[in-house]
Amino acid sequence: MERIPILRMGDYLLVTIQVDMHDRLALQLQDDLTNSISKFGSKGVLIDISSLEIVDSFIGRMLANIAGMSRVLDAETVVVGMQPAVAITLVELGMSLPGVRTALNVETGIDLLRELRGDFHMDGADAVDEA
Amino acid sequence: MLKMNDMLQQHEDQILSEWLREMAAATRRSDLMTDAELTTQAREFLRLLAAALRDGKANMSGNAWKAISEYISEISASRAKQGFSSSETAMFLLSLKKPMFAHLKEHAKNDPEGQFEQIWSTTELLDKLALQSTDAFLTSREQLIIRQQEEMMELSTPVVKLWDGVLALPVIGTLDSARTQVVMESLLQAIVATNSRVAIIDITGVPTVDTLVAQHLLKTITAARLMGAECIVSGVRPQIAQTIVHLGINLADVTTKATLADAFALALDRSGRKVVNTRKTPTSVFAKEE
Repeated sequence: MERIPILRMGDYLLVTIQVDMHDRLALQLQDDLTNSISKFGSKGVLIDISSLEIVDSFIGRMLANIAGMSRVLDAETVVVGMQPAVAITLVELGMSLPGVRTALNVETGIDLLRELRGDFHMDGADAVDEA
Repeated sequence: MLKMNDMLQQHEDQILSEWLREMAAATRRSDLMTDAELTTQAREFLRLLAAALRDGKANMSGNAWKAISEYISEISASRAKQGFSSSETAMFLLSLKKPMFAHLKEHAKNDPEGQFEQIWSTTELLDKLALQSTDAFLTSREQLIIRQQEEMMELSTPVVKLWDGVLALPVIGTLDSARTQVVMESLLQAIVATNSRVAIIDITGVPTVDTLVAQHLLKTITAARLMGAECIVSGVRPQIAQTIVHLGINLADVTTKATLADAFALALDRSGRKVVNTRKTPTSVFAKEE
């Protein structure tokens, strides 16, 4: 059975959704992700949905659910790379995903996770240009 | 109908000149149309009317009637473009009544019953045609309005890059559903294209904010947030702030600023930048914020 790979990057987990999500795949992902968080003691989850072009209310709720589950397991969730069309669809569906944090891409997503966890010793977020 | 046909054939020139005189007395706009042009139009109309009456089909159906209604639509539309008012356009046909009635009266002197019938059918016919002309006039006006709306829609939703990672969207005019769609799409596309984390929506040019406009605004803000960009609403005028509170619109989750400058300062702050005064003496307005 096909699965969505979950990559471990230090304290964070990276999930890249590159196939069209169907409902069973979404449930499988919830299962795998919660298991991984508790197994590795991860502090943050990045879900990259930049190649996701079609969403429905189920996928929207799945994202909200994953964020909720991760929070219970003491990990922050950041959804990154949402396409404009997907964002418009979710808004029109009335799903504003209030508990989910978002970022433009994986890079800013990791910055955001560091900010949230107070890890300021790493560079990136505090690079201020002097212009 | 047949009598009208005979009459038109016999007295066409007379009717035409009387009609023109009638028009000159009622609503003649010589500033918008020359006499020659008007005469041509009137003559062409009488010719088509005579042809249609000869055709003799009832209920204004058939090719001859189609030709006349097309001709009326054409001249009414052109009058709308030339700047005539709708009543002036309708008067073109309605002022034909008087000369027609006068001639009908002459024709059926000894037949009061038939005279009345003739007058009734003539007035019915001319009224129908005048209504058609008003319809055509309004349609051409509406087309103009629709075209202007489309043009305004294209013109009025620019997305401006203020700084690296800071976008501004000055909204001019009322936000309805169709425009929100355009605004939302262009903003989200620009967020992706420029990789911006902050977008400032400036509503200085929005005349009124009601619940619907606020809802549309919130939709745009939510969509931008879903993509990972933060929105700041700026240009909230005092009256609009009052309306928002009176209507009970909840903007608690939205950062709002009075001016675009304030919003820009906040946006720079959020991205870890600040504007510094390079002069020794603190003359710049930015000095206050240091």
